[in-house]
Amino acid sequence: MFVKQISIFLENVKGSLYDLMDLLGNGGINLLALSIADTTGFGIVRCITRDDQVDPALALLRQGGLIAKVNDVVCVQMPHKPCGFANVLHVLKENNLSVEYCYSFCRSTSDDAVMILRTSDKHRCVQALQQAGVTMLTQQQVDAL
Amino acid sequence: MIYQPEKECISREQLRALQLKRLQATVALEYKQVPMYRAMMDQKGVKPEDIRTLEDIRFLPFMNKTDLRDYYPFGLLAAPQSDIVRVQGSSGTTGKPIVVGYTQNDVDVWTEMVSRALAAAGAGRDDIVQVCYGYGLFTGGLGAHQGASALGAMVIPMSAGNTQRQIMMMRDLGSTVLCCTPSYATYLGETIREMGLVPGKDIRLKAGIFGAEPWSEEMRQRLEELLGIDALDIYGLTEIAGPGVAFECLEKHGMHVNEDHVIVEVIDPVTEQPLPYGTPGELVFTTITKTGQPMLRYRTHDICTLDDTPCPCGRTTVRMSRITGRTDDMLVIRGVNVFPSQIESVLVSIHGVAPHYLLEVDRVNSADTLEVKVELTEDMFSDTVSQIEAVRQLIAEQIKSVVGVQAKITLVPPRSIPRSEGKAKRVIDHRKY
Ligand SMILES: [Zn+2]
Repeated sequence: MFVKQISIFLENVKGSLYDLMDLLGNGGINLLALSIADTTGFGIVRCITRDDQVDPALALLRQGGLIAKVNDVVCVQMPHKPCGFANVLHVLKENNLSVEYCYSFCRSTSDDAVMILRTSDKHRCVQALQQAGVTMLTQQQVDAL
Repeated sequence: MIYQPEKECISREQLRALQLKRLQATVALEYKQVPMYRAMMDQKGVKPEDIRTLEDIRFLPFMNKTDLRDYYPFGLLAAPQSDIVRVQGSSGTTGKPIVVGYTQNDVDVWTEMVSRALAAAGAGRDDIVQVCYGYGLFTGGLGAHQGASALGAMVIPMSAGNTQRQIMMMRDLGSTVLCCTPSYATYLGETIREMGLVPGKDIRLKAGIFGAEPWSEEMRQRLEELLGIDALDIYGLTEIAGPGVAFECLEKHGMHVNEDHVIVEVIDPVTEQPLPYGTPGELVFTTITKTGQPMLRYRTHDICTLDDTPCPCGRTTVRMSRITGRTDDMLVIRGVNVFPSQIESVLVSIHGVAPHYLLEVDRVNSADTLEVKVELTEDMFSDTVSQIEAVRQLIAEQIKSVVGVQAKITLVPPRSIPRSEGKAKRVIDHRKY
């Protein structure tokens, strides 16, 4: 029930995000979702690609001298209406899970909203959301978006 | 094995009494026989009879390499030239070479120190010692040769170079102890492996004593694996005697200084004040048994730390750490002496951190600032900011506790710090003086 996310270390230097996107784009990698965390010293770019693009993307990044890592995140689908996301977060709160970060997908096949969630415990997170009846997307479903 | 237990395991109290007696004799000799040093002592207002305790050594003026150049070749001899039986020296990379005159006593003192080092590595009369240091003015070859001969070991005086022949002799004669530089030992080991020879079967080495250049713990592990040996460090300098001034025992935890022949101090290179054991600083040696060309408070410009905690081997002498840098590399930041090597040791001690760094020193609002740029590794990287920040904080805390200076840690992409051939440029000082 997890989706693969690629995280990339970026220096806080003008043009570094462009260089990254240029590298991935020219390598034929299409990003389905993207978020950037920035601190005063550096940035972390997190993104989702189709499953079959994860390894080629990593190879490109390493060739480009960038540090990147893959980890599992949860992808939830929820109605695109007020409190859609609040209802999901409520489940996490009830289960004492904290959100490390989250970001939304650029597109969705239906009227629903799709978000990436990184919580303090991915296994318990999936369990809690399943029990609460929250829809989660598999990697295959994400690939089809 | 301990070559001279009665001398190497002497009680600290007895040792100190012996050192004082020998120091007083050496100062008296130097004052009487060496006009240059007498003038320096007179200028400081110190007379030989002012040296009443070992601590009084701090009243004596320092000697430097420049003194050896200025009084080249024989201006620092304390013995008549007819008593000098040997000169050794170094070519030096700049200007005039230095030469050091040895009386027979001095050659014997030096030999004894090397014999102790070899015995500490397990060598004895049944051993076959292959010496691949150069023989000549450089003290490596003859030093190891004399020390091994005095032990009664069989010496193969190969001198440096001709690796194929070195390995042939090593195999055919069954060398058990290797004396050379650590870099040449690595080369020998790699060549042995490439030739398909098996240490323990074709090669019978059990120990190697490596010196004349700085090396690291990682290199020790590599050498021990490559050659199937105990790899031990030896320290020395021609000005003081040659290799053997200090040597490692099989505990591999610092080099025992031959304190019955030399007094070792570590000083603050700026204030020139002696530092307590455990504090890194500049290594200073005083010879107390040499008669040809004694050296008093000779500044080595090598940075190291002394350790006087008891060694399990039973020797009572203090141990010096590996040389971690040169005083020329030292930075003074907010009044604190900082050696790039200290920062490096902090970085390698943290899991996942690579020792690729750059120190940038600046002055902002008349206060010194230190920024440490560290290349990020995959191990340090995470998808969450908090985990990366935790590593950054750990580095900052460790530097603060080891070096005593607050540093700003900046993570930079891998391979972004320039690597020059050989020595990397580690420091950029933006301060204007
Ligand atoms: Zn020991």
